[in-house]
Amino acid sequence: MRVYVCIKQVPDTETKIKLNADKSYIDTTGIKWVMNPYDEYAVEEALKYKQSHPSANVTVVSLGPKKRVTEALRTALAMGADDALLIDAPETLDSFATAKSLAQAIKNEEAPHLIFTGKLAIDDNASSVSQQLAEFLGLQHTTVVSKLEVGTNEVTLEREIEGGSREVVQLLGPAVIGANKGLNQPRYASLPGIMKAKKKPLKEIELSSLGVTESDSKLNYTNFALPPEKPPVKILEGDAGAQAESLAKLLREEAKVI
Amino acid sequence: MSNVVVFCESQNGKVKKGSLELLSAARGAGKNIVAIGLGPAAKETTDELAHYGAKNVMLCSDEKLSNYNPQLYLAAMLEALKDLDFEVLLASSSVLARDLFPRLAAKLEAAVTSDCTELDLNSGLQVRRPMYAGKCTAQVDFKDSAKKIILMRPNQLPVGSVDNSATAEVSEFALPAVDLKTIVKEVVKGASEKIDLTEANIIVSGGRGLKEAANFKMLEDLADTLGATVGASRAVCDAGWVPHSMQVGQTGKTVAPTLYIAVGISGAIQHLAGMNGSKVIVAINNDPEAPIFQKATYGIVGDAFEVVPKLTEEFKKLLN
Ligand SMILES: Cc1cc2nc3c(=O)[nH]c(=O)nc-3n(C[C@H](O)[C@H](O)[C@H](O)COP(=O)(O)OP(=O)(O)OC[C@H]3O[C@@H](n4cnc5c(N)ncnc54)[C@H](O)[C@@H]3O)c2cc1C
Repeated sequence: MRVYVCIKQVPDTETKIKLNADKSYIDTTGIKWVMNPYDEYAVEEALKYKQSHPSANVTVVSLGPKKRVTEALRTALAMGADDALLIDAPETLDSFATAKSLAQAIKNEEAPHLIFTGKLAIDDNASSVSQQLAEFLGLQHTTVVSKLEVGTNEVTLEREIEGGSREVVQLLGPAVIGANKGLNQPRYASLPGIMKAKKKPLKEIELSSLGVTESDSKLNYTNFALPPEKPPVKILEGDAGAQAESLAKLLREEAKVI
Repeated sequence: MSNVVVFCESQNGKVKKGSLELLSAARGAGKNIVAIGLGPAAKETTDELAHYGAKNVMLCSDEKLSNYNPQLYLAAMLEALKDLDFEVLLASSSVLARDLFPRLAAKLEAAVTSDCTELDLNSGLQVRRPMYAGKCTAQVDFKDSAKKIILMRPNQLPVGSVDNSATAEVSEFALPAVDLKTIVKEVVKGASEKIDLTEANIIVSGGRGLKEAANFKMLEDLADTLGATVGASRAVCDAGWVPHSMQVGQTGKTVAPTLYIAVGISGAIQHLAGMNGSKVIVAINNDPEAPIFQKATYGIVGDAFEVVPKLTEEFKKLLN
């Protein structure tokens, strides 16, 4: 029984973003890359499933520049995944082409029982790959999942929607699950896990062998800009009463937002 | 005049503000607007859609679309669009839209981009969106040949004027048969009936400076006075004071209200990333060195427990 987890590498959340000289992309020098936080929940959920179904094989899949992405895959292997697929591709591939590549890579392997992804990647926040992967594979899909029960032929899950409301959803057949925070508590890679990970199989796949090229992207990002400098803060003086009074006045008369 | 499709959502019989913003933008650019509304409730909104610029309104009033089901909504959208000539489809970047439209884009081999903050339909198509949860922004360049699905963050564009005499041609289409494999069993309503953080016009957020969960009551009073939604920092979500759905930031919700009031929040980079697109930021913090003040429009250095009740009083005076 094959379980797949699709993971992405993103700049650490502490990263201060700078732009490259021609503003065509961010300046990646010195950036620390980490596994997308939501993907950690995805990996953990797959490993939890493997604990209760020891015959399951957990394959982690990632697409991106080979050298970097290898690290994220090794981290997932150290957490306990069995093997890895690495699709070597430029990081500028869009969600559509990424999902298409992941779908084809998975099609070339044993049919999936479950596929886990993060609900979104915190770099471009597109939240598209998970849904599109499911469509390309013809599987059912739910994203923003914070609770999951896997049955024999179906999964039952909870998904967060607007205003803190939740939907209880059942998916029949193999499914793609987009993990949200709250689904579980991701484990850390143990030292023996890290040692073992070095020997676990990692298969490299060329993008072209999946029938995908950069021109399959439907969009790309250009002309990056940093947020405009904010004028310095206006500190309101006086005691609490006076501060509150001037704030209410400024919000109404100067900022005109209430 | 090219068709622009606007997917419209409604709530309590009214078109959501995010959808009105998109109708207004398309009308302002002189586009022929085809509005699509799904579910039995959409029928009640046809006049309003016309008053804001829709020339055609396509409805599927099937009861099965009362609640969101991705399989059914996808089938309905494919049906609506199958004979329609269009290049651009606009929708508000709601929870529903962010789930649905990537699927539709996969089916139509279209481009899709979510959470956009700038849209100009006048001269060609100009779209920008935040990257790295707002640490920078980027222009979205689309492949020419692709249909373009653009999900706009609410509260970014003005709502145009109402034209009560405007009418639209309304048509109803049938929901195709679907072999249901995604079954929505139940919708469990959250504690809050307020507008979602991502759509809220005013947000009052609390952090660890509030000391304990019970003190969020103080923020709720402030929020109620302003018609605002309450948010939180990750520290207090992780501490279990409030649910994760209230978390603002790089690993929570990215928000862009016109007014964001941060109370007892230090302003960590991950928190700032999620809210620095807000138009006006107010920081209330007893530490004058707190980083939040660097992003704030107005700052109050003081004790939240003294300032917030006074502020609630002042707003009550002003708004009543
Ligand atoms: C991978 C990762 C992702 C993260 N994602 C997010 C995210 O999405 N969102 C997020 O918010 N954080 C996120 N964080 C956490 C972030 O780094 C901070 O730890 C967090 O935002 C701090 O929350 P806080 O401001 O409430 O608490 P603190 O930093 O403890 O600040 C409390 C503030 O309250 C003030 N204060 C104390 N008493 C009073 C009083 N009586 N009156 C007024 N002010 C008072 C203090 O001066 C202080 O500035 C993330 C961290 C990591 C590592």
